[in-house]
Amino acid sequence: MDLAIVWFVIIAILWTGYFVLEGFDFGVGMLMSLLPRGDAAHREKERRVLVNSIGPVWDGNEVWLITAAGATFAAFPEWYATLFSGFYLPLLAILVALIVRGVAFEYRGKISDAVWARRCDIAIQVGSWVPAILWGVMFANLVRGVQLDDGHQYVGGLAALLNPFALLGGLTTLVLFLLHGTVFVALKTDGPIRARARRFAGVLTLVALAVAGVWALWTQVMFSPAWTWVVVIAGALALVGVLRTNRAGREGYAFGLSAVTIVAAVVLIFGSMFPDVMPGLDGGSSLSIAEAASTPYTLTVLTWVAVALTPVVILYQGWTYWVFRRRLTVDHIPAPAGLTWKKIKDAAF
Amino acid sequence: MEALDLARWQFGITTVYHFIFVPLTIGLAPLVAVMQTAWVRTGNERWLRLTKFFGKLFLINFALGVVTGIVQEFQFGMNWSEYSRFVGDVFGAPLAMEALAAFFIESTFLGLWIFGWDRLNKRVHLACIWAVAVAVNLSAFFILAANSWMQHPVGARYNPETGRAEMESIWAILANNTLWAAFPHAVAAAFLTAGTFVAGIAAWWMVRLVRTRRPESVELARNVYRPAVVLGTVVMLVSGAGVALTGDVQGKLMFEQQPGKMASAEALCTGEEAAAFSILTIGDLSNSCEGVRHILEVPGLSSYLGTGKFSGEDSYLPGVDDVQTEYAERFGETDEAGNPISYTPNLAVTYWSFRLMIGFAAGSALLALAALWFTRGGRVSGNPWFARIAIAAIPTPFLASSFGWIFTEVGRQPWVVAPNPTGIDQIRLLTMQGVSTVVSPAMILTSMIVFTLLYGVLGVIWYRLIHRYAVEGVPSTVRDESPEAAGDDETDRPLSFAY
Repeated sequence: MDLAIVWFVIIAILWTGYFVLEGFDFGVGMLMSLLPRGDAAHREKERRVLVNSIGPVWDGNEVWLITAAGATFAAFPEWYATLFSGFYLPLLAILVALIVRGVAFEYRGKISDAVWARRCDIAIQVGSWVPAILWGVMFANLVRGVQLDDGHQYVGGLAALLNPFALLGGLTTLVLFLLHGTVFVALKTDGPIRARARRFAGVLTLVALAVAGVWALWTQVMFSPAWTWVVVIAGALALVGVLRTNRAGREGYAFGLSAVTIVAAVVLIFGSMFPDVMPGLDGGSSLSIAEAASTPYTLTVLTWVAVALTPVVILYQGWTYWVFRRRLTVDHIPAPAGLTWKKIKDAAF
Repeated sequence: MEALDLARWQFGITTVYHFIFVPLTIGLAPLVAVMQTAWVRTGNERWLRLTKFFGKLFLINFALGVVTGIVQEFQFGMNWSEYSRFVGDVFGAPLAMEALAAFFIESTFLGLWIFGWDRLNKRVHLACIWAVAVAVNLSAFFILAANSWMQHPVGARYNPETGRAEMESIWAILANNTLWAAFPHAVAAAFLTAGTFVAGIAAWWMVRLVRTRRPESVELARNVYRPAVVLGTVVMLVSGAGVALTGDVQGKLMFEQQPGKMASAEALCTGEEAAAFSILTIGDLSNSCEGVRHILEVPGLSSYLGTGKFSGEDSYLPGVDDVQTEYAERFGETDEAGNPISYTPNLAVTYWSFRLMIGFAAGSALLALAALWFTRGGRVSGNPWFARIAIAAIPTPFLASSFGWIFTEVGRQPWVVAPNPTGIDQIRLLTMQGVSTVVSPAMILTSMIVFTLLYGVLGVIWYRLIHRYAVEGVPSTVRDESPEAAGDDETDRPLSFAY
């Protein structure tokens, strides 16, 4: 098979890994204000349950993005160059979001102070909501097509990216990630927060069926080949499965099925782009897989590296999830161990 | 300002900033691993206390290294898309390898290390920090493979049809002699940074404790901080020698591969034999040789740095004017718009950053000598001068690294991909040809302002956390949290570590 097409599939797999894994990170981040209940002290404990449910893994999940971007640079330089320079401002917003979010996770517990914790929570939430929407907006535009000139430069501008189809795409990733994160919380926690997460997941699944369903049908009818009907149906069935398994308290299955929904969304997106990496808008100039690809030698080298390393990465990342498989409750959360705000402020010189 | 200038400023700001955190991460991960190994092997609690103490400082630092690293990867495509088109076939591969082979290990095993104290068998937990230590150094190798290719392109050919560089041999790229000079140099500098950091903080603490004259404080200084001073000092001495030796190798390669960089490092206008190394230069260095006055020179030293000969015919160094003449002949006198091309990097920046790099690296040497003196024969020192030198030395290797990068990147100008003087002439790209064409100056200005402000705020928080946690000292009590010591396999006790 043509190596360029193999690499198109590998890039799709990397984005799938990213959205399945960081998707629930984003969801958990978005839940920071939505899920915790009780008095202020108890809410703080529940927020720490949420942060710690993804604490050991969020950074490893984000490397899937770094790998997807690096692999795109290496395997499809034209795609990387056109996409990243063309979608400049959305990517800038995503970068800022990921920065404040990552720092907030790591530094939240380093200072034991209620105001500091609130600021970090705001950073975590902004840092989770913004990319959850913008990734959908970006990929929906890739499905719909973008305005390219003959030199493969994006010339559509920012406003063209904010069309109704793309915005609904953003809403779709938002709802899917939020659902994915909620199901993850139900799987990873115990006690009242678990029960609340399950109830909320039930509502979210219905919202996801409506929002993602409309977007998927819109995509399928307007932009996709016939075979992706299978994917659309599979995604819809998986969502129905989430509804049933979540109701039955089978959280492991519910999480697996919400992951299947995200896989289906990525397959639908990449299946609709094929054989282009950046389809032209309304049949205009496009950037195809073949035009964007690196030389066969480079792709061969990359293939060896990916084939040798990706299974190992999946093995040790899987092992991490096994090590931290225990459900968390507020009783597992130790007293705050950070320095007080006063001590930090006294350090100024 | 034009898009080009703004994109260059943004790259400079974000890269120098990113590289504040990187050397400490690269050097400190192995040192923390050594401390934890000492604990696991000897069972001596002092090493567990030091592991926890420096481990926490390591994590505060690591966080900013990670989040600022994503910007680095994205801005090649965002601000430098024409560069990315030209080099992607070659340059992208080491970046992708870095992510797959190094970043995944770093982030995954660091998560296991942070949260795994009470979850993992003691030896498995130790293996996790070693995995991180190896991976951070591996990532340095791959990113320097990419950078070294920009300094000295090998293993590729130019395709005239596409106008792009194409990879011919990944082995040649990974065997690039520029890489094998830069990698040990950067890693040695990282160990120097971490050794200075560990020795500096521990020395300050030692003096502080000894001066209280309380027996239990002096005992803490002797028992816990002194071993850390010794460890840091040994690392400083070995890595300091490594920095100097590898720097010398790099200088000689640079002379062959980028004569313009070497000439401007010395503000050498016309070629000469037995060229002197000036310690101080006054006059106007604004890209003109007029008015440059070298005072305080070491005869022949520049020639030695470039060629290995102090004098004689073989010690000839070309000056910036010679390089200008030769490059204008080979690569054209004017750009596509008809403007003359200057093949001379910014003289003032190149000249001074080269000297500041060397000068600041000497700051660590001063601390190493002081540490040898003040801890001789098993002593614990309460001399306030030792504490002052220790605190003053901590920032110096950071500054040396920053100036080292400023030197090597500004000195490569006007090229973003410097031509290889011994072959593949067509693989070369002027920096002005690499900038994105569809991105407006206003957009780059926006992102530059956003990153500068955000990085400024984060820098203040980072500094205060590092500072306060360093002043907090080693934990007064530590316990073996490993599952084998706890004796119960599945419990409902609170997490030993939580955010």
